[in-house]
Amino acid sequence: MFEVLTEVASNKRVTHDTWLMALRSAEIARAARPGQFVMIRLSLGLDPLLRRPFSICGVKEDLFLLLYRLVGKGTLLMTEVRERDRLRVLGPLGKGFARVEKNPTPLLVGGGIGAAPLVFLAQTWAERNLTFMAGFRSAKDILSPQAAIGKDTRLLVTTDDGSQGHHGPVTGLLENVLQESKAEVAVFACGPKLMLRKVAEMTMARGIPCQVSLEANMACGLGACQGCAVKAPATSGKSYVYVCKEGPVFDAKDIDWEGF
Amino acid sequence: MHPDLTTQIGSLTLRNPVIAASGTFGYGLELESLVDLNLLGAFVVKGLSLEPMPGNPPPRIVETAGGMLNAIGLANIGLEAFLRDKLPRLKQYATPVIVNIYGHHTEEYGELASAFKGVEGVAALEVNISCPNVECGGMAFGIDPFTSARVTETVVRNTDKTVIVKLSPNVTDIKIVAKAVEGAGAHALSLINTLTGMAIDVETRRPKLANIFGGLSGPAIKPIALYMVYQVARAVTIPVIGMGGIMDYKDAVEFLMVGARAVEIGTANFVNPRATVEVIEGLRTYCAENGIRKIGEIVGSLKT
Repeated sequence: MFEVLTEVASNKRVTHDTWLMALRSAEIARAARPGQFVMIRLSLGLDPLLRRPFSICGVKEDLFLLLYRLVGKGTLLMTEVRERDRLRVLGPLGKGFARVEKNPTPLLVGGGIGAAPLVFLAQTWAERNLTFMAGFRSAKDILSPQAAIGKDTRLLVTTDDGSQGHHGPVTGLLENVLQESKAEVAVFACGPKLMLRKVAEMTMARGIPCQVSLEANMACGLGACQGCAVKAPATSGKSYVYVCKEGPVFDAKDIDWEGF
Repeated sequence: MHPDLTTQIGSLTLRNPVIAASGTFGYGLELESLVDLNLLGAFVVKGLSLEPMPGNPPPRIVETAGGMLNAIGLANIGLEAFLRDKLPRLKQYATPVIVNIYGHHTEEYGELASAFKGVEGVAALEVNISCPNVECGGMAFGIDPFTSARVTETVVRNTDKTVIVKLSPNVTDIKIVAKAVEGAGAHALSLINTLTGMAIDVETRRPKLANIFGGLSGPAIKPIALYMVYQVARAVTIPVIGMGGIMDYKDAVEFLMVGARAVEIGTANFVNPRATVEVIEGLRTYCAENGIRKIGEIVGSLKT
């Protein structure tokens, strides 16, 4: 884990509300694993005060990529960053996706901007014959990761309003794939809370291994502030797990989905 | 010129007046790959209770203008795990470890204090009578001068360590509690803990913290903290450790000028994990450039 001043190599808008930023840091690019994140200081003044977490969407030589959606003050500042600007970055942080035993076929399930860490995962596991399911609200929101993940990877896109690709939530698509699938599978998911909860319930009911990448408000990203708590199931013997250090990727069984 | 940055807090000599504040530095070990812990004056570990505490439900933190609200709820691993898993590694550093202790009732403070009697590698106890985020105890002790004094007296009676009592700003007159705690035998005071506050999401009409309210920290509280340290430093004779929104060496110098002999750095660690060591460097340069040979020359040097 490093705390470095990085140079912005590019920062491009990819949809009406989503941008892709490339930052230069050989240390971070080399150390980053899919599912890990960085904390970025967006102002040298006091507003915003805390660093903001962004999951890593890929690496390319000495660059690491961040796919982010404009949602508030912090991300607005991100969109205003220009090429050659410098940003203080802490990372890579947290525990990423783990390879599962027995090597089942990976099913990647992303909701909206939740596709970001899964793109990195798909690149890393390009040889594993995986299926990438990506759900979006509407055609204008689609982030097509096909170029990033290679044309051999099976990509299924769905929209809530049916304006492009399949019609309906990505969990519906997952349901279909699970029913059709004859091989052993493992699910890797990132997206909105309700989607993750549904994915966790679907997979746990079938005894399918499932890893989820979670988000939480956090101050430090290092395990020091203990701000990013998520309720753990009673059976685990723990009350909470911490997204920054024990996560952001968890086994679905390690989260209390009732209280999520 | 190499300015002398050493400072004295009770029987404790610190190589410089910069201390990492409780709750912002974990058990020290979380930041060891980013900060050379041996450079610090001291560090205060996360508030510790006799038994492990799970902490509050999330969301536990939210950013506000120039600061942050937290309602962690003193989540900690408990005394036993601290002694077994954390202290042996912390002892390897040459920096004094201050243990922040918290009890649900007066006797528990006493039990915790005795548990550290003779324990090597713990230089001082910081007694938390001021956490706003737990239902019983915590701030309930710190807003009343009589209970503050009773907790202090109990800890002092049960320890061989330097006793620092951490004061709450959520009182009408902080000098009254400060004097009561001094009278009960505290060796030093640290202030201020967080100010109680809240924030609301107007779309959902819900508080942004699950605990409804939390403790405000960060640069937003610095003027209040500075004034309270100014008042307390004039009211007591024991050393005062100042804190509240210190982001850089200039902020630290302000606290020293109003009478603090050391400072604690908290929220700044989240923004910049190297904040503590940068403040130390800044103090050294400031002293050198201003012909200050000993950091003590700045303490209480405010001109009015």
